[in-house]
Amino acid sequence: MMPSFYYETHTIFGTHKSKILQWIFSIDHKRIAILYIGVLFALFFCAVGAALTMRAELFFPGQQLIQAQTYNQLFTFHGVTMIFLFIVPGIAAGLGNFILPLMLGARDLSFPRLNLLSWWLYILGVVVALSSLVTGAGFADTGWTFYAPYSIRTDSHVLSTLIAAFILGLSSILTGLNFVVTIHRLRAPGMDFFKMPLFVWGLYATAWIQVLATPVIGITLILVILERTLGIGVFDPSKGGDPILFEHLFWIYSHPAVYLMILPGFGIISEVLPVFTRRTIFGYRSIAISSASIAGIGYLVWGHHMFTSGISDIARLIFSFLTFLVAIPTGVKIFDWLATLYKGSIVLATPMLWILGSIVNFTVGGLTGLTLGALGPDIHLHDTYFVVAHFHYTILGGVVFMFIGGMHYWYPKITGKMYDEVKGRVAFGLMFVGFNMLWFPMFIAGFLGNPRRYFDYLPTFTIYHQLSGIGALLVALGLLLVLYTFYKGLKEGKEAGPNPWRGTTLEWHIPSPPPLENFSKIPYVDFDPYEYEDGEPLVQLDENFRRIR
Amino acid sequence: MEQEMAYDRQGKSYPVADFKDDYSGDKLGFWVFLLTEGMMFGVLFLLYGIYFYRHTAMFAFSSADLNIWLGGTNTVLLLISTYTMGVATLMMRQGKLKLSAMLVGLTIFIAIVFLGIKASEWGVDISHGIYPGSKLLDAKDTGEILFFGLYFVMTGLHGLHVIIGIALMSWVLLLMRSGGIHPEHTIVMKNVTLYWDFVHLIWIVLFPLLYMIGV
Ligand code: HEM
Ligand SMILES: [Cu+2]
Repeated sequence: MMPSFYYETHTIFGTHKSKILQWIFSIDHKRIAILYIGVLFALFFCAVGAALTMRAELFFPGQQLIQAQTYNQLFTFHGVTMIFLFIVPGIAAGLGNFILPLMLGARDLSFPRLNLLSWWLYILGVVVALSSLVTGAGFADTGWTFYAPYSIRTDSHVLSTLIAAFILGLSSILTGLNFVVTIHRLRAPGMDFFKMPLFVWGLYATAWIQVLATPVIGITLILVILERTLGIGVFDPSKGGDPILFEHLFWIYSHPAVYLMILPGFGIISEVLPVFTRRTIFGYRSIAISSASIAGIGYLVWGHHMFTSGISDIARLIFSFLTFLVAIPTGVKIFDWLATLYKGSIVLATPMLWILGSIVNFTVGGLTGLTLGALGPDIHLHDTYFVVAHFHYTILGGVVFMFIGGMHYWYPKITGKMYDEVKGRVAFGLMFVGFNMLWFPMFIAGFLGNPRRYFDYLPTFTIYHQLSGIGALLVALGLLLVLYTFYKGLKEGKEAGPNPWRGTTLEWHIPSPPPLENFSKIPYVDFDPYEYEDGEPLVQLDENFRRIR
Repeated sequence: MEQEMAYDRQGKSYPVADFKDDYSGDKLGFWVFLLTEGMMFGVLFLLYGIYFYRHTAMFAFSSADLNIWLGGTNTVLLLISTYTMGVATLMMRQGKLKLSAMLVGLTIFIAIVFLGIKASEWGVDISHGIYPGSKLLDAKDTGEILFFGLYFVMTGLHGLHVIIGIALMSWVLLLMRSGGIHPEHTIVMKNVTLYWDFVHLIWIVLFPLLYMIGV
């Protein structure tokens, strides 16, 4: 048998003796993916730490632990880290990097060196972003949205955060470019677009958003940098510039960016469901096409973030209408998933639990999103905790759940080991209960008028914040248990074998962990991605990857 | 290297695309990259359009301050340089390596002259006290501040692209010497030519926007 990619690799300098250099200069997509995953989750835990500090401060009304300004910096740190450092690169650069070539029947991404460059740019961005924690006048206090003109005037250290966001954008563009080309060029012979696994479809839609939307935020942030350093005037009202234009440009990226976070997650759901219901996914084509149309329509709805900031009534109506349109392809997906579950022989393994949980949470997040997309309610709910609860339901309860579900699902493929099911399920239970306890009360607090981004609140809201605080603790425990489960699995888990879940997509036809260049022979793909017969995978390949059944 | 094949159940064979030396992939990748560049400049054009609409008279007035002759010369220079670079690719494909290298060298030379002229223009403006954030400029009408703000940003970003272009073309020259580019392997050459075309195209839009509306 071929040794796995943990034992051999190629680096940008050819081969190398030192183990560490073999990792940080490896151009193997699988190693790069693991590096990403490690750093991503380290940063995630830092940001969770910041969040817990905020929740602790919010446990009682009035000021106890931290100063107001520290709170401003904390929510900015939390937001910037979660969005730019964790969830935007997140699933695509982490799991996507690992799984995409395997699913396509490719030996690597189209541009392995570019992939390494993206990784290094990512690290550079992380370092620059974090550097402002220890230098200058402290971390930015603008919130992750950097709204002008405040971001032009504040004394805090926004410059490095802006530069970091730009560098991270570059990294994200290059990853997207790499994925687009890989998907176009390196599909195994016979695999046309409608034979690709749905995770690949999610990554494909994501990659186009990365490529087309990220440059918009890139140049916009550069303009803010130039505004701060040189005073060019374009966003500075005192020089005739228009800060509303900044909001437009910011959200032209940042709304699609929301889908950039979500679509790969949807892809994970579409992988996990057929495997744990042991049947073909319902509506393959409509799921694939809805990914593409969500990405497309997602470009046209940015104005719903600006209903209250001085755009015309006509624009408000149009943006509200378009926002509702996005719900259609999203709804199509959700109904396809439900139809897959219906009469499936459901196996409630840990990945499946996370996926089901994410569907529930995401549905709540999505429906409250429609509430916000309607003009009347938004005027009332804008910048309240209702909004904060809404996006945590979609991103934390939805996408992060999907991400963690995916991590469990591909854990045996990546490590070659199994984790402990019982611990996995308990961790999920903690998280699911904790999460809903954490954010559901915030819908109510927000509805009753508790504004967001404040380190304090009126005593009437105390009960909601305290419930929320306890929920946050459960969430933190759940996360730690996930981590512990993975760690234990590495140490003591039993061998997983190539296909522990009886999956059908190509990555389950190769050893776990995969060898350096994945496939000794490239298969010919004349089958659909999810074909089951009596609960067993229909297609079988022999050791030369020739189809025997 | 032999073309690798995949076999279906009937034993028919199909060619496998590999990530190494994938000509079409390299080309596609570069086009996608240019798309991102287009989006980035697109934002600046959009901003320009909006502020032009709001301050049309002041934009025309400020534009008249720029030296249309220097700008025009630069336009012609860039036009010639895409031509030389394009012919260089053609010659490369026909196997005329020496000539091709000379033409790339010529393109680099023209690009440097372009930068020189651009720098002297900036120099004159700055010596007159016109640059972003200067007291003189900030005391003027907001239309003027915005025009010059955008002027410096747009020509600056374009200039940066010219500099990157020079670096890329020098790299092409090095590759030609070491045999990294030869008539059977021209993808790098083609992509750099494409890039240079893009840089010149941007200038073709910038020139009328910045220099000609005041005429
Ligand atoms: C353990 C989980 C989490 C907890 C306890 C938590 C808690 C909080 C809290 C207390 C705030 C401040 C609300 C305010 O004062 O307006 C906040 C804001 C925010 N959170 Fe989270 N959060 C969590 C996870 C996440 C995740 C996974 C993401 C995204 C990937 C995220 C993204 C954000 C963003 C973007 C903001 C807004 C920051 C701003 O206003 O600039 N959070 N979170
Ligand atoms: Cu939005």
